[in-house]
Amino acid sequence: MIGLLLCLPAALVLGVGFVWPVALLARISLNRTTDMGAMEEALSLETMAKLVEDDFTWELAWNTATLSATCGAIAVALALPVALLIRSAPPQWRGLLSLMAVAPLLVSSTARVVGWMAILGDRGMINAMLAFAGLTDDPVRLINNWTGVRIGLTESLMPYACLVLIAGLGRLDSRLEEAAATLGATRTRTFLRVTLPLAAPALAAAFLLVFVLGVSAFVTPRLMGGGRVFVVATEIFDLALETVDWPAAAAMAMLLLGSLALAMALRAVVARVPR
Amino acid sequence: MRPGWVLRLAAICGYGLLLAPAVLVCAISFSAGDFLNFPPPGLSFRWYAALVSNAELMAALRNSAVLAALVAVIALLAGGPAAYAIARLEFPGRSAMAAFLAAPLLLPTLVLGLALLLALQPVKLAATWPGLVLAHAMVAIPFAVRIMTTAFGAVPQDLEEAAWTLGATPFQAALRVTLPLAAPGAIAAGALCFLVSFDETVISLFLVGPRLSTLPVEMFRYAENRTDPLVAALAMTLIVVALAVVLLVERLVGFTRAVGRN
Repeated sequence: MIGLLLCLPAALVLGVGFVWPVALLARISLNRTTDMGAMEEALSLETMAKLVEDDFTWELAWNTATLSATCGAIAVALALPVALLIRSAPPQWRGLLSLMAVAPLLVSSTARVVGWMAILGDRGMINAMLAFAGLTDDPVRLINNWTGVRIGLTESLMPYACLVLIAGLGRLDSRLEEAAATLGATRTRTFLRVTLPLAAPALAAAFLLVFVLGVSAFVTPRLMGGGRVFVVATEIFDLALETVDWPAAAAMAMLLLGSLALAMALRAVVARVPR
Repeated sequence: MRPGWVLRLAAICGYGLLLAPAVLVCAISFSAGDFLNFPPPGLSFRWYAALVSNAELMAALRNSAVLAALVAVIALLAGGPAAYAIARLEFPGRSAMAAFLAAPLLLPTLVLGLALLLALQPVKLAATWPGLVLAHAMVAIPFAVRIMTTAFGAVPQDLEEAAWTLGATPFQAALRVTLPLAAPGAIAAGALCFLVSFDETVISLFLVGPRLSTLPVEMFRYAENRTDPLVAALAMTLIVVALAVVLLVERLVGFTRAVGRN
């Protein structure tokens, strides 16, 4: 009983700051918006149905899903060599190498976007290099469009992929790869036939995590897209604070949560299939 | 097996992508030019000077620092006892409680921010200190509980039992034996909670108002509208704070272990 008592303060903060707001969000998603734009108390799925019937919603959903799938896949592919290097590094280097791979997690996304502006902007590093090499006359647009969002999102998802892969690959038995090499397999063959299949569960876990994070990312799409890139997250934000259509914002958020829950449930099912 | 050159090259590319933005922010923040161009036309401290003399941003910095400190203290005071109970005590619903105290991490901050706006606006708590403290404490507590549960769990139970044998009450033993031994974990948890609040952007975007704003929000708005190196100097300030926290946590408990899942 004393245990429950000790948990009470924390549970109370979460009750007021988490359970109540999320319950209210679910409730408001069932309200209606009048033609004048005011919120009307109701218990209907009208707002949600309106969203589902709107082609724009589906365009947003498609944009969001393809964006996070591509960026997630690239992030995992780029994180794999990093995690493999850390795994085979001498123990005294492992800590520093892991720290370098994961530290960007704690640099706020806005700060990283500012860095990307300096790299990809019209007067940025890449355009300066292209112009210096005489390859381009006019700057290449790498920012304030989908390209910028893709690059920024990939980078912002990479540390998470590294985190999962470092933990997952650390458990693999490296003697299996040595055995393959001893038996005459080339590095490429060892990688394709031994390392990759062994790493598959970790890769899948990493992809799922970064996909889910990518779907709900807001800062990177908004800032790197320069307001020209629309995904589910930016739409929820605009509905809540620009249009001030609370029922629609809440309904969109509930649809997002529903899709994420579905993705997680799917993973649970896939993970249970015996290999 | 020693890594081949293909792997090394690919890993270097990976690290390059990971670290490039922070490195560039650092370089540009010392620019003497008027834009975010690279290479900068010259080096100077003018944008740091501009930052310090910008009253609005300095007020936001002060707000963020006070808010983060408050949140860290609250998260430790509320999360510490809960972590002790989860790590050490048997009680009905222990695993359910542990799952509940981690639950906010499962939802996107965008949804949490929206939910808090819908809940706090009608009761006039949006854009107020209590509202922001509540919102940030809610996201910081799961981190505090997770790190301190590990910290308490790492202290051998024998030591506490020895204290009981020597006549200490369970409360005394927890306070005088286990807590001091778990102190590095507690400090690390406090530092991370400070950073979680200090860097929190999305939830704050929903909850700030014209009279109360935080540094990440001001930086977000600045980056949305203007592109001069002042925003890089601002970003550098946040990076330095983050770096200090990362190094502190790494020293105390190991960073990858602290942020990693289990």
